[in-house]
Amino acid sequence: MLNLDFSFFSWQVVSGYIVKGFIFSIELTLIAMVGGILLGTLLALMRLSSRRWLNLPAAGYVNTMRSVPLVMVILWFFLLIPLVIGRPLGAEISAIITFTIFEAAYYSEIMRAGIQSIPRGQVGAGYALGMTYAQTMRLVVLPQAFRNMLPVLLTQTIILFQDTSLVYAIGAYDLLKGFEIAGKNFNRPVETYLVAAVLYFAICFSLSMLVKRLQQRIAIIR
Amino acid sequence: MSMIEIRNISKWYGQFQVLTDCSTNVEKGEVIVVCGPSGSGKSTLIKCVNGLEPFQTGDVVVDGISVADPKTNLPKLRSRVGMVFQHFELFPHMKITENLAIAQVKVLGRGQDEARERALKLLDRVGLAAHAHKYPGQLSGGQQQRVAIARALAMDPIAMLFDEPTSALDPEMINEVLDVMVELAQEGMTMMVVTHEMGFARKVAHRVIFMDQGKIVEDDQKEAFFGSPRSERAQVFLSKILQH
Repeated sequence: MLNLDFSFFSWQVVSGYIVKGFIFSIELTLIAMVGGILLGTLLALMRLSSRRWLNLPAAGYVNTMRSVPLVMVILWFFLLIPLVIGRPLGAEISAIITFTIFEAAYYSEIMRAGIQSIPRGQVGAGYALGMTYAQTMRLVVLPQAFRNMLPVLLTQTIILFQDTSLVYAIGAYDLLKGFEIAGKNFNRPVETYLVAAVLYFAICFSLSMLVKRLQQRIAIIR
Repeated sequence: MSMIEIRNISKWYGQFQVLTDCSTNVEKGEVIVVCGPSGSGKSTLIKCVNGLEPFQTGDVVVDGISVADPKTNLPKLRSRVGMVFQHFELFPHMKITENLAIAQVKVLGRGQDEARERALKLLDRVGLAAHAHKYPGQLSGGQQQRVAIARALAMDPIAMLFDEPTSALDPEMINEVLDVMVELAQEGMTMMVVTHEMGFARKVAHRVIFMDQGKIVEDDQKEAFFGSPRSERAQVFLSKILQH
């Protein structure tokens, strides 16, 4: 019934089609993770502020981003920014910026929970030693919040890696795109999509196993 | 000039008044014990001294510097006043020496080596030099509180505030902490101590303040307080905690 033929799959196919896309997917994931966590932490601190002019915009931003589909943000950003800046932005650059600002909303909720998990007394201890707000956050609260939330942050990153495949909407060359083009050229789309699925599964599954082990280690330290 | 002047401070949480017109002075080298039933505002009062708790009216003046003045550099003022908390509040992600060194380096601008050296000297003083490389979670409550006292001393404070330093400790660990505090008091440190440890008060306090419902009810010399407290409320309180 199923007539599968993987014989066309060679190192040449991998290096010619797949590697380029794989590198971009990893690049996109890593940049969006680092940028998203930095921006997300800033948003979390704003949201936890008692000043309305800080927490209202942050809450609005996070809730908006979390309420719209990612693929729509990817499309809108890709289509709207050229209208604003007057020249087209490459699909890759556009994807990197979109993912960073979109994921920041999710990372910010994780960091917010992490910051709130640190007892208020820790802040008091920092202040009592003469630290400023910024020092207390940077030296006392955020390192602990980050450590407590590391497994959740990494889990979000695995989701982010899966979501990078959505850049197909704007034609960026990612891992999935590599498989898709190879499949078209060799007229073996079913096989290439199967291999792609196995690869995505292998990467994400082993990463979540890693996170699980990390979680156990952190639980012991605490 | 007093080291700490608390002038008519009042504080509200919404409609609820936690402090009502509290005033007292702490002279240089004086040891003041603040006691009273729970919810009487003792902890709130002591946290007003270094501005950890804001208050609505009145002022606190520490070594001539007003806490309420918006122009005051509060972090700088706090760096000169040591504080010890009920729940220790050591930084769990740092080793003991780092706990003692971090504010010396980041706040006072001391060099790493100098801060470390000072840290080790103070750890030795509270009898914990052997634990310098450990994390707070590896120490007992009493040891953690001694580290917390050393951390505050590392800043070379002009006064020390203690907020129920032994309330969260197992009974067998209370004395090791009180011993360090007694030694400190005998060396002439200016101290304001919220505690129920009346033995400590008898031994080293100069004055005892008794609070109830946000008001300072008694502010007496130690002998007068333990001899014959004037207010009925203080008499009842004393008879209850000294019964056993």
